[in-house]
Amino acid sequence: MADKVLMKGNEAIAEAAIMAGCRHFFGYPITPQTEISAYMAKRMPKIGGTFLQAESELAAINMVYGAAAAGARTMTSSSSPGIALKSEGLSFLAACDLPSVIVNIQRGGPGLGGIRPSQSDYFHATRSTGHGDFHMIVLAPNTVQEMFDLTLEAFDLADKYRMPAMILGDGMLGQVMEPVDISRGNNIKTYVKDWALTGTKGLRKRNVVNSLYLSAEELELLNFQRFDKYKEVEKIARTEDYLLEDAEVVVVAYGICARIAKNAIDTARKNGIKAGLIRPVTLWPYPKHQLKAAAEKAKAFVVVEMSMGQMIEDVELSIRCSRPVLLCNRTGGMVPTREAVLESIEKAALLKGEQNADSI
Amino acid sequence: MQIVFEKPKALSDTPTHYCPGCTHGIIHRLVAEVLDELDITGETIGIAPVGCAVIHFNYFECDVAQAAHGRAPAVATGLKRVNPDNIVFSYQGDGDLAAIGTNETIHAAARGENITVIFVNNAIYGMTGGQMAPTTLPGQITQTSPYGRDTKTAGFPLRMCELLATLDGTAYAERVAVDSVKNVLKAKKAIKKAFQYQIDGKGFSIVEILSSCPTNWGLEPVKALEWLRQNMIPYYPLGVFKDKEVSR
Amino acid sequence: MAKKTRVTFAADICKGCALCVDACPKKIIRLAPETLNSKGYHPAEIIDQQACTACGFCFLMCPDVCITIEKEVN
Repeated sequence: MADKVLMKGNEAIAEAAIMAGCRHFFGYPITPQTEISAYMAKRMPKIGGTFLQAESELAAINMVYGAAAAGARTMTSSSSPGIALKSEGLSFLAACDLPSVIVNIQRGGPGLGGIRPSQSDYFHATRSTGHGDFHMIVLAPNTVQEMFDLTLEAFDLADKYRMPAMILGDGMLGQVMEPVDISRGNNIKTYVKDWALTGTKGLRKRNVVNSLYLSAEELELLNFQRFDKYKEVEKIARTEDYLLEDAEVVVVAYGICARIAKNAIDTARKNGIKAGLIRPVTLWPYPKHQLKAAAEKAKAFVVVEMSMGQMIEDVELSIRCSRPVLLCNRTGGMVPTREAVLESIEKAALLKGEQNADSI
Repeated sequence: MQIVFEKPKALSDTPTHYCPGCTHGIIHRLVAEVLDELDITGETIGIAPVGCAVIHFNYFECDVAQAAHGRAPAVATGLKRVNPDNIVFSYQGDGDLAAIGTNETIHAAARGENITVIFVNNAIYGMTGGQMAPTTLPGQITQTSPYGRDTKTAGFPLRMCELLATLDGTAYAERVAVDSVKNVLKAKKAIKKAFQYQIDGKGFSIVEILSSCPTNWGLEPVKALEWLRQNMIPYYPLGVFKDKEVSR
Repeated sequence: MAKKTRVTFAADICKGCALCVDACPKKIIRLAPETLNSKGYHPAEIIDQQACTACGFCFLMCPDVCITIEKEVN
């Protein structure tokens, strides 16, 4: 029998982190992710770990930088405006190839925005995480179980590829309670970190964690090498597909939107529309090959997201704009309804393959 | 013949990139001598700032993390919390510590974070070419205070040791200078004490070192030290501002 | 009788800042007027080794740590 525990999404992330061996958590309060900090504050002192409420998001991410440099599994969590502040540190973590896990439980923006769920940090997570040429692994859970599983995976991938990994959730997933099988947390792989700063003990040359390269030639070479590594990482791109086999209308959605879309697809099927779902589990690397393959059979795409249309660009790029792509979106903390998604599917079903989505 | 003065072992053979007469070199040597004398190089992790000392990892023989501008105390916190047995010190300039990193500095001190901060105050941004620093003196001419720092518009310099001394988490705060042989010897004593406090687990220790910047001050090295003596020391008095052991 | 001493400057590392010249109580250090090192500086040199007491003032003020001082022992 699997151990099933009823948990909030935010708590599942925190517990998974602890089971993954994370003993150093640095946070700063922001709604709607405070349960993660609260959970860590409760648990860490009992297991010899560190929970530290930093003076700012900037300090928290730089504490992560220090702890990661020391070779520890470490995490910070925040929500949209706080993640923006962490951008500086994210760039440094990537530049120094430091494994670390960052959680963004998104809320509506821009600016202070609101505290209700959103997916409007998609660009930030996958495109403009910070200055310079780099990427972060971005994982998008859509159940509390996945909040748990993908957090375990984030720590593993971060160590394996020596890069920061982000859990991109939203306020709704963070708050919802579902039963979680935590047994996977008992099987954790560890990695040797001979590059970590632990003191030379007089036995080796000094280790240095650094991102400054005054020689342009050297910096270019390092960027080339890091992007060669990213080519490897691109192989982890994955989706969860639903009724995709014969789908003429392909709905693309991640996170909570995918759950709503699934519901709408069921109704559409009952109404005779061959609809299916692609749910990207990895947002970076984006599952572009899976999208491209689906475009060969599909007539049209519908992208459901809680933003003014951000992931839609990756869908259009992946299928090289070969099919019309409709946007079904809400923003500012509003969540798309099943009816709205169904309406978009019905609209898409009327389109011929080559028709421009802008004309309808 | 016996060697009585030589380069400490904790300092590498790499010649520094610092300008002629820049006292960063003296301060590097003092830190390295303390690492040697306390025999802690193998346990020590340094944090390099953003500023002239940004590549100090080329000079110290210990492990080093280079930090984002001003974040050295936060990075030090992360390192120290993972391995409390490591000796962690940050080496920061005035812009790094007292402008962009003021928050990190104050809160690391307030937490009583068991780290050592070497704060090099030369009243100017050196690496970027001589702009006004948080510690630039009233009336001092810099690239961005070309008519002299006007306190009506640019405000007043920060006295960091005095400020940090008010915090319960600060175990030790002393201001020294490296303008003369006598003061260099005092500076070394202070640095050694700061590291010893960390070894003894006493909490946050900071040594502020008044330093020169001949290039951006536009003075010959010897004259620069005279300027430091005549202008900086009166504004930034030397001495111990906090010593947890003495005030008990 | 004064003990023998030896001051050695790593001439190629010296940046000719003259802080040692200023610090020397015996005033027996100068910047070599005829010599340029590989960096283009006039390096410091000692002009009267016999007068040196190995007090270390030059070493203490040298930012480039390019001075080594030796002293005779009994």
